Amino acid sequence: MNRKAKMLYRRLLQAAPIMVLATFIVFSLMQLLPGDIAVTLAGENASEERIAEIRDLYGLNQPFLVQYGSWLWHAVQGDLGSSLLTGEAVAETVTRTFPTTLFVVVYAIALSVLIGVPLGILAASRPGSPRDGFIMSIASLGVAVPNFWLGMILVLVLGLTLQLFPATGFVSPTEDFAAAVWYATLPALALSTGGIAEVARQLRSSLVEIHHSQHVRTLHAKGLSPAKILWKHGLKNVSVNLLTVVSLLFTKILAATVVVEAVFAIPGMGSAVVNAVLEGDFPLVQGAVLAMVVTVIVVNLATDMLYTVLDPRID
Amino acid sequence: MSSNTLSLALAHDEPVYLRILGWMRRDPRGAASLLVLLVMVGAALLAPWIAPYSPTEQDLANTLAPASAEHWMGTDDLGRDVFSRLIHGTSMSIYAAFLAVGIGLAVGVPFGLLAGFLGGWVDEVISRVIDALLSFPAIVLAVAVTGAMGIGLTNAMIAVGLVFAPQLARLVRARTLVVRQELYVDAARCFGASTGRILVRHVLPNAIQPVIVQATLLLAVALLAEASLSFLGLGIQPPEVSWGAMLARAYMYMEIAPEQMYAPGLMIMITALAFNTMGESLRVALDPTMKAR
Repeated sequence: MNRKAKMLYRRLLQAAPIMVLATFIVFSLMQLLPGDIAVTLAGENASEERIAEIRDLYGLNQPFLVQYGSWLWHAVQGDLGSSLLTGEAVAETVTRTFPTTLFVVVYAIALSVLIGVPLGILAASRPGSPRDGFIMSIASLGVAVPNFWLGMILVLVLGLTLQLFPATGFVSPTEDFAAAVWYATLPALALSTGGIAEVARQLRSSLVEIHHSQHVRTLHAKGLSPAKILWKHGLKNVSVNLLTVVSLLFTKILAATVVVEAVFAIPGMGSAVVNAVLEGDFPLVQGAVLAMVVTVIVVNLATDMLYTVLDPRID
Repeated sequence: MSSNTLSLALAHDEPVYLRILGWMRRDPRGAASLLVLLVMVGAALLAPWIAPYSPTEQDLANTLAPASAEHWMGTDDLGRDVFSRLIHGTSMSIYAAFLAVGIGLAVGVPFGLLAGFLGGWVDEVISRVIDALLSFPAIVLAVAVTGAMGIGLTNAMIAVGLVFAPQLARLVRARTLVVRQELYVDAARCFGASTGRILVRHVLPNAIQPVIVQATLLLAVALLAEASLSFLGLGIQPPEVSWGAMLARAYMYMEIAPEQMYAPGLMIMITALAFNTMGESLRVALDPTMKAR
């Protein structure tokens, strides 16, 4: 086995306990439910038989760890229980709503990079200049603005008043991709402000550091144009940092969809979780959170593996 | 703490007001953010006296009114004075932010200290749990915990605090790993100090600086989280009011009275910005290796 393959294998091994612990935490959330879990899960006005059935189904008479094992075994096979309200299998709700959420998240990440990278380059090209100060102030605002409020303003100004974009709603990308992008633009924009800010800041500080490094000074002295230095030496070196930022953004933006989907009436998993919490539909909450955390761990693992492959120092 | 923690502390012979003026000149952003935060805290504490109306007093004959001499920011859908609700909302929003960060510190700091100081399997277990918790999208975990514990502002902020705890624990652990190598820790141990005493008297004070900075930055995150959760109806419940809850109502009446949503959102943004700027100022002020700009 060469070193790269070994590194990849080790990363995989490191992710395993995190995955197990995360599923354990999701399962343990149930312990926070007030009162008798079986009664809560059976829903209001449930009969004694139904409660007994639930107790049996979830193995609530058994020790905690046995319960967890049985829950995990079912979860791995795609059985996450069913909604207390609609009776729909939770796994079905997740597969129906998660792609919608992921589409918006990926769009928001794309916007963060597409807008954040040029801003970061502009700011770094003259550090300390008014332009740099202006861009960095915008970045500070981007982090501090509540994204659902920005969403409301976008709905009002670009959606309702100027009617440039549809104010709310969603079109599935598999039905009509162009319309899907059109509908998802405002939500993605609302979600991306923090991302734009972080990409711009990170890129700026990495580029400023590289500009001061010995090898870039040498290139400068040899008469290479600033643009060429930026493309051939600057961006190539910061691309790894950018990858870290993007993988962190994935988790943050995924979290923010919970609120932003509510503003834009997007039928994604964020709205599903919030409605489930408001309705006391705990199995759905649990299933959706599980799906999200597993996705985050897989994305983090994939990023780690990508570094290993990209980093030329590991061969 | 090192002797040059704050340049303020060094200039003993200067009168206090000159020292403060000096700091304001060196760090105008920090001074401005401190001023904003003081105004916010003042408004929060004095809300019952400075708000012109009660935040819950309804006037159903005068709903969704535009700004006027009697109601500076108009009235909401139940005829309540928006300006008064904004002032009363300040105390709830700021209380919520401090509650969440306080819980994050109370849970995160001890675990971080233990992991960093004891090492071995304790560290291994705590670190893996931290890794696992940090894999949860923050608001989603807070939403789920709120869902399990019951809807309401206090539960929601406990949930947010539990989301902060692993971040703070990781930070404290990293600092503790460095501090425990220091000579004075060895010395304390030689004098027979107990582990608890060493942790509280020697390790904690020397590991706390980055935690103060991070906690200040987290206040901004907590403020945004409170707004988000209350907007969704999972946080504060009527008749209590916070900025997030005001935005939730404004959202419902957006097409009739769009101006309702500007003030609460601006308050959230300005306060979050002030917490962030304050955090950055503290980072510079507390870090002896960083030159004051």
